[in-house]
Amino acid sequence: MKRTKHLFLASAAALLLAAPAQAAKTLVFCSEGSPEGFTPSLYTAGTTFDASSRQIFNRLVEFDRGTTKIVPALAESWSVTPDGLEYTFTLRRGVKFHSTKEFTPTRDFNADDVLFSFDRQRQKDHPYHGVSGGSYEYFDGMSMPDLIKDIVKVDDYAVKFVLNRPEAPMIANLAMDFASIHSAEYADKMSGNKDMFDQKPVGTGPFQLVAYQKDAVIRYKAHPDYWAGKAPIDNLVFAITPDPSVRYQKLKRGECHVMTYPNPADLDAMGKDAAVNLLQQEGLNVGYLAYNTKMAPFNNPLVRKALNAAINKQAIIDAVFQGAGKVAKNPIPPTIWSYNERTVDDPYDPAAARQMLAQAGISNLKTKIWAMPVQRPYNPNARRMAELIQADWKQVGVEVEIVSYEWGEYLSRSKAEDRDGAVLLGWTGDNGDPDNFLAVLLGCDGVGGSNRAQWCYPPFEDLIQKAKVISDRDLRTHYYEAAQTLVKDQAPWATIAHSVVFKPVRKEVVDFRIDPFGGHVFYGVDLK
Amino acid sequence: MFRFLFTKIALLLPTFFGVSVVAFTFIRMLPGDPVELLAGERGMTPERHAALMQQYGFDRPFWEQYLHFLGKVFQGDLGTSIVTKQPVLEEFLTLFPATVELSLCAMLFATLIGLPAGVIAAVRRGSFLDHSIMSVSLAGYSMPIFWWGLLLIIFFSGMLEWTPVSGRISLMYFFDPVTGFMTIDAWLSGEEGALASALHHLVLPAAVLGTIPLAVIARQTRSAMLEVLQEDYVRTARAKGLAPWRVVGLHALRNALITVVTVIGLQVGLLLAGAILTETIFAWPGVGKWVVDSISRRDYASVQGGLLLIALVVMVVNLCVDLLYGLVNPRIRYQR
Repeated sequence: MKRTKHLFLASAAALLLAAPAQAAKTLVFCSEGSPEGFTPSLYTAGTTFDASSRQIFNRLVEFDRGTTKIVPALAESWSVTPDGLEYTFTLRRGVKFHSTKEFTPTRDFNADDVLFSFDRQRQKDHPYHGVSGGSYEYFDGMSMPDLIKDIVKVDDYAVKFVLNRPEAPMIANLAMDFASIHSAEYADKMSGNKDMFDQKPVGTGPFQLVAYQKDAVIRYKAHPDYWAGKAPIDNLVFAITPDPSVRYQKLKRGECHVMTYPNPADLDAMGKDAAVNLLQQEGLNVGYLAYNTKMAPFNNPLVRKALNAAINKQAIIDAVFQGAGKVAKNPIPPTIWSYNERTVDDPYDPAAARQMLAQAGISNLKTKIWAMPVQRPYNPNARRMAELIQADWKQVGVEVEIVSYEWGEYLSRSKAEDRDGAVLLGWTGDNGDPDNFLAVLLGCDGVGGSNRAQWCYPPFEDLIQKAKVISDRDLRTHYYEAAQTLVKDQAPWATIAHSVVFKPVRKEVVDFRIDPFGGHVFYGVDLK
Repeated sequence: MFRFLFTKIALLLPTFFGVSVVAFTFIRMLPGDPVELLAGERGMTPERHAALMQQYGFDRPFWEQYLHFLGKVFQGDLGTSIVTKQPVLEEFLTLFPATVELSLCAMLFATLIGLPAGVIAAVRRGSFLDHSIMSVSLAGYSMPIFWWGLLLIIFFSGMLEWTPVSGRISLMYFFDPVTGFMTIDAWLSGEEGALASALHHLVLPAAVLGTIPLAVIARQTRSAMLEVLQEDYVRTARAKGLAPWRVVGLHALRNALITVVTVIGLQVGLLLAGAILTETIFAWPGVGKWVVDSISRRDYASVQGGLLLIALVVMVVNLCVDLLYGLVNPRIRYQR
């Protein structure tokens, strides 16, 4: 019995792995969970985007695979008026939508599809607006309703976005998942059964959905008429596997080719595994400690600088990130353009820190550090990080109490302007634009909200507002570099770390690239 | 008999209400609301938060929400998940067969091994065999499922390569679900090797989930048997010169089974709890994992609906166990 079992398995495994070489190539991806759905604009989770926007759909512009660089996609080119208020996109011709059991497209992609995709999100009376829950978190979160005045069809292959105010990150926003383009023709056809439109997605992307079984498996096949050429692999399968150690066992056995989020404890073994390539890249994120700059004595930059100098960041990288992190000296990660290489980080110097505190007239300071209750890419163990900072600050005579709340509670309480203590938190970038970090996290609009330092500093605000309205990238870079210098001088945060993302893939996988946005893009990936 | 059945069913009603209150209340007692969690670090304006709370009806008084929920339940509507926007009942029914399949196999595994082991231990009381069986079952009973599952995967799948690591069937088989039971669907599909693959994938998770029930059944069978074996009628049977297997198998075991059947019935509730961990490890798409995910996402509708349905299943199983007594042991049947 044992022998037959073994034989059966060996043959099954051989079939699974050998089949690609002979006939159809099937790539299996061990993902971490089920998508919430297949219409990206309705959701916010990366798991959902991996299963939908990144395989099934295209956007007008997209991020070049593995970078934060914007490249043309469904729009071949675009132009911006000098006042920065009108963006005109020239659409690509001959783009085919997927043909599925439910739907056979009769026409190519055109301006109507662009209008449908955005109007659904922005017009409350649109027939599809309220379908499937009808809340568009990213569209609203990126301030699209205030920003977009109108979207006009110029002709079948030209669309004009009219804005209420100039906004340089607009193009980057349109490369985000929520801006995925759906088929207006399919929407018309499904008007009697609108929920199905979201459950059986039809896009122009490199893969089309074949079947989905919740918590088990998602199957795709390559779109034969994909506008940029058919994908090198024929089938793409997501094997949903929640436990990271089990994912690794599956990868070892060849039950999958690529896996997400490895268990840090397994990294060592993966590095030595002959069947596995362990890819790595710095993540598009930052983990920080935000002081409450509105509350004494933290309203004094000298006190904040002193406390920053008392933190041993390298020890945090070693203990909390176990090497899977890098010390952050800027509030934006190095994978984003305009990252200021010249910034000099606060040196770890407890003696100087004590001196600065004395200079500020501080003694016997007691404060709190907030430790997040969950693991995030930018902070795998906030409790441990808080304990290390607690010990560091004790060296300079500052008593720390560590507090924590349940995650939803933590997020909302930490926004309070009269909050007591410094908060550990972080951010993962949405669109690769510096504005998405600096304005959201440190701008005056964010006070009482996403700006946990409650920091509103006019010279900084002036720079980021100026950078927001011009499209000249060199000039914007100049402003953002200066803004980063101000952040270091004024120290509303202790910038702590950027995570390093690890991606174990099997040796037979060709040209898999880590996506800086944390996603998984399988167009362009091949199997040996 | 009908009166018996009627009383039993009538007794389920208060339990059902109790569970609905508990499920409804507890998830709301947890701090953090679903809208806040949907937004994540990004956050949202207080106005938008309020608007969404109103849209989902979370701003209404607690009792009003409860009555609304209860009213809907009696119309067969358990609400819609805030995360997936799918009807809760539909999600439950897609996932439930996987849990049932796994639990049945685990129970089968536990009973087929646990029962004979218990009988042998009782018959050979005090022997080396008895001590071994009892200490192994004590170890099994105390096993943390999560660790145990991973250990078996690393050993049987990773090192020996006897079993697949996780999932319900090899990915090369692909057919639409008909019943939701993978073994039945595989058989119906007619694809060669599909059924074997489905069974093969069941071995490890069923063994892991069945470990604790196995230990409990073995221990309960042993103590029940020990008691029965000392009864007068067993002595009489022996004195009559019946074959030892007849004495043990027919006269003793049949009477000991009452206790064992009760235990098996009670294990079903525990099995569903154990399924949460087993399902997570083996990437088994069942209801256990779904409820846990829903709790951490504060998906109120899924949690309260899911818990209610699971409780209903446990109640029905226990009702069946009560009815089974009569079949197993005539003495109970005659009393009623």
